Amino acid sequence: MAVSAREVNETEQHRASFEIAHPVYSKLRSPLILGHKSHAEVTRDICQLLDPKPGRGWWISLSISLVLLIIGVVATVHTVMTGIGTWGLNRTVGWAFDITNFVFWIGIGHAGTFISAILFLFNQKWRTSVNRSAEAMTLIAVMCAGLFPIIHMGRPWLFYWVLPYPNTRGTLWVNFRSPLLWDFFAISTYFTISAVFWYLGLVPDLATARDRTKSKLRQTLYRVMSLGWNGSNRTWSRYETVYTVLAALATPLVISVHSIVSFDFATSLIPGWHSTIFPPYFVAGAVFSGFAMVMTLMILVRRLMHLEDYITPQHLENMCKVALLTGSIVGLAYVTEIFIGFYSGNPNEIFLIINRGLGPYAWAYWIMFGCNALVSQLFWFKKLRTSIPAIFVISILINVGMWFERFVIIVTSLHRDFLPSSWAMYTPTITEVGLLVGSFGLFFTCFLIFLRLFPVISINEVKGVLGYAKH
Amino acid sequence: MRNIESAKRFTAAFFEREEDLIAGAAEARQAGFEVYDVYTPFPVHGMDRAVALPPSRLTWIAFLAGALGLVFGLTLQVWTSAYDWPLNVGGKPFNSFPLFIPVTFELTVLFSGLIAIGVLFARNRMWLFSKRKVFERVTDDRFVLVLRQSDASFDIEKAGRLFARHNAISVVEGDQFV
Repeated sequence: MAVSAREVNETEQHRASFEIAHPVYSKLRSPLILGHKSHAEVTRDICQLLDPKPGRGWWISLSISLVLLIIGVVATVHTVMTGIGTWGLNRTVGWAFDITNFVFWIGIGHAGTFISAILFLFNQKWRTSVNRSAEAMTLIAVMCAGLFPIIHMGRPWLFYWVLPYPNTRGTLWVNFRSPLLWDFFAISTYFTISAVFWYLGLVPDLATARDRTKSKLRQTLYRVMSLGWNGSNRTWSRYETVYTVLAALATPLVISVHSIVSFDFATSLIPGWHSTIFPPYFVAGAVFSGFAMVMTLMILVRRLMHLEDYITPQHLENMCKVALLTGSIVGLAYVTEIFIGFYSGNPNEIFLIINRGLGPYAWAYWIMFGCNALVSQLFWFKKLRTSIPAIFVISILINVGMWFERFVIIVTSLHRDFLPSSWAMYTPTITEVGLLVGSFGLFFTCFLIFLRLFPVISINEVKGVLGYAKH
Repeated sequence: MRNIESAKRFTAAFFEREEDLIAGAAEARQAGFEVYDVYTPFPVHGMDRAVALPPSRLTWIAFLAGALGLVFGLTLQVWTSAYDWPLNVGGKPFNSFPLFIPVTFELTVLFSGLIAIGVLFARNRMWLFSKRKVFERVTDDRFVLVLRQSDASFDIEKAGRLFARHNAISVVEGDQFV
């Protein structure tokens, strides 16, 4: 077949312009996905996790999660039927376990959005292996979080009263000046945007699963959910535009969510809460705790689902670095709080700092300080950042520490207030512990179902980064 | 609006590598062929430029939707708090403008995100019961370039040579593919 010299030249030009269009390719990079996979192998590896019947490990995990979930359901029913009196709250400590759990779970969610939106905007290609499950974690964590304020309302069936809708009470509108109301708007927006962002990323992969699965039921599910996706470039072009727009929207959104959660405390006059440091301190803490949870989950998922080629030690090391940075910010915030407490000269502030570190809840304070500010510093050592058992242990310690951070902020600020005659101690009741246990049950039940129902790793995005180190 | 029915006949070339697809599509367009569409398992960057696809206007939709959310959020709060039933809350002014910013921001993001994705689905005609056909293996590892045989002057042999030069693994002709 005759090919003219001019045509060959043109082809060369196109090749050259193609390479210029991909400035991220470099000989210096190590591959993101191990095992020199082809596109077809990626499809096969991820899709074959869906089809076979779940193994024994999955059923055992699901059973344990369901038992925890049932404990939570019992505790919820008991609370709602009897009242908030089933909790250990008193007139002095009006917020404790449930708000701790709420802030804890909302914080967990932030890492998913950080990975999916912020790292996307910064063109961090390594996010592709973990973003799908991190976003699923976000959605489930926000669901767990949202339950606590609703249960705390006492009459959860009236929770829609927080919506500004025309009603027969006047119309009596909601109070838009209250951070608690901002919270409602922030969290419902966060959940909605995270859900559509996650779903949009899932559509092309659902089409891949649709074209491969043999099960009739799954095929119907994937066909409906993939909305007739056929990989057209026009569709891809618009898809990527909207994906970028959503990432750009989710980035300030995630910062606003935990800032507004911190306003719940910071706009009050309670020593230990009334502080301008709270919004950045809470956002850093949220990303920190969320990354710890992502690492815990990813270490389990890569092991149990044999995804070692996709979630590599390099991915975990990168996440450790984010945890190190945010953990250091959290540590800096702890020290700043102590300094500002004394520097303020306000006797109530100074008392609060001393009471936190040396008072009856000092044990909780030092768990918090040790697990967050000190343990996270271990990630300075490359040996620990690349050792998977070490990361697993540290990530769990961080999760514990971050739960205690919220407990310390809430309970130690309240239990000894301005009037010593009203000082009180707070101890959680079995019902409150049941609610916390139940939220973990809900989290793991939903996550296990996600693992079986949807592609755990973003197939189309991973295919896009296979050439990361080749060129 | 591109419509399947309005097109007469198509030629589809299957590729194994994205580089071949990009180069092939760009050359086909320069040679005067009409590129109907390209089908890929993942977004191939550089493809839009190769087939001279203009940037999507969905960013403007998202911006306008966000502006709508902003106006809606502010109006709702100012009207309910300062006009419809002003209530004295802790002595704060009825129109506590700075305190209305968080909810305004959330509604801006909510409107922008939801409307952008809704318009995306509508524009792509993606919906729950779509019966659209899909090329074999295109959601797996095949890249497909579809040319429209717009008129009788369509030179199938020239197209075939062009595809072969870019390592196409097969070329198919048909009335309707997708």
